[in-house]
Amino acid sequence: MWRNTRQGWGLVSITFHWVSAVTIIGLFILGWWMTGLGYFDPWYNRAPWWHRSFGMLLLFVTLLRVLWRLFQPTPVAQGSRIERLAAHIGHITLYVLLLTVMISGYLISTARGRGISVFNWLEVPALVSHLPNQASIAGEIHWYSALALMLLAAGHALAALKHHFFDRHDTFIRMLNPARTRRH
Amino acid sequence: MFKKAALATAIGAVSLAAASQVLAADYIVDTEGQHAFIQFKINHLGYSYILGNFEEFEGRFHYDADDLEASSVEMEVQVNSLNSNHAERDRHFLSDDFLSADEYPTATFVSTGFEPTGDDEGVLTGDFTLKGETREIEMPVTLMGEGEDPWGNYRAGFEGSTTLTLADFGIDMSDFPEVMHELELYVTFEGVRQ
Repeated sequence: MWRNTRQGWGLVSITFHWVSAVTIIGLFILGWWMTGLGYFDPWYNRAPWWHRSFGMLLLFVTLLRVLWRLFQPTPVAQGSRIERLAAHIGHITLYVLLLTVMISGYLISTARGRGISVFNWLEVPALVSHLPNQASIAGEIHWYSALALMLLAAGHALAALKHHFFDRHDTFIRMLNPARTRRH
Repeated sequence: MFKKAALATAIGAVSLAAASQVLAADYIVDTEGQHAFIQFKINHLGYSYILGNFEEFEGRFHYDADDLEASSVEMEVQVNSLNSNHAERDRHFLSDDFLSADEYPTATFVSTGFEPTGDDEGVLTGDFTLKGETREIEMPVTLMGEGEDPWGNYRAGFEGSTTLTLADFGIDMSDFPEVMHELELYVTFEGVRQ
């Protein structure tokens, strides 16, 4: 139920996946919208505060998620050899892009040595600061890696729908239903 | 033969002396010891000022107390070294909304004239280039002092400030209150005589 098996994803992995999915898409839309706000908009400071706070929270969650993924069984991939290879590369790239987006975002705000407040509950300290041109370069990386992540995530979603409707195997269903861990 | 050689040596000695006299008035701005600051001050919404400075620049100047009209200054500033103690604001300043630092990475000042106005005071005129726009600006400057330093060099130090209208340099401030359309530039540095 909670843990993964070779047959399916447990509830912990399923929760990680969907909480991340919603947060990532939400952060992308929020980020897109807030960078277009005018200086005198009431959300000009507030929106980035939410964006940074949720982003840092997602970073913690993702680190836990990666640990969980590494120390739990992975359900057996389905489909042809080439499909399985493509899926594997795709999933690793999703993780890499996700970490790139979050780390580059962190590096923008901490470029001058100031930490990042997470909902004013706690402050994530600035570990890497004062690199030449740090905020601008991290900003470019943040935008392009976020864009790449969105495109790849769209491909990921399309692939899931293909498995469900065309291939008719349970790759998509098992990311929804932890009961699949008990089959066979 | 001997005479010629002696003459040549004498001429050489004289011209060397002349050269060292010219050199005696050339200074390099002490960015190594960081006795040099380029600071800006711009109003924020009429409530306070934003202060910031440029961390990377280099410059040289010619200064001779006996020949003030011959004074000259050259400075080159790395725009993306701007620091206002707020990473995201700095990034905004450097973006296409304001300075377009990617496209115009340096700002320069090259003096074209100097007019003494009193004891240790004068007005420096020169071409200031920012965001690709070159404008003639005037900057009143003061000689703060000159003399031997404790480490075997000779120094001369100055300060000066001027007000820039940002629109002159292609920086559109029309969305912001009138008080934010101008910026005060303050420069102070020591030069080490070469």
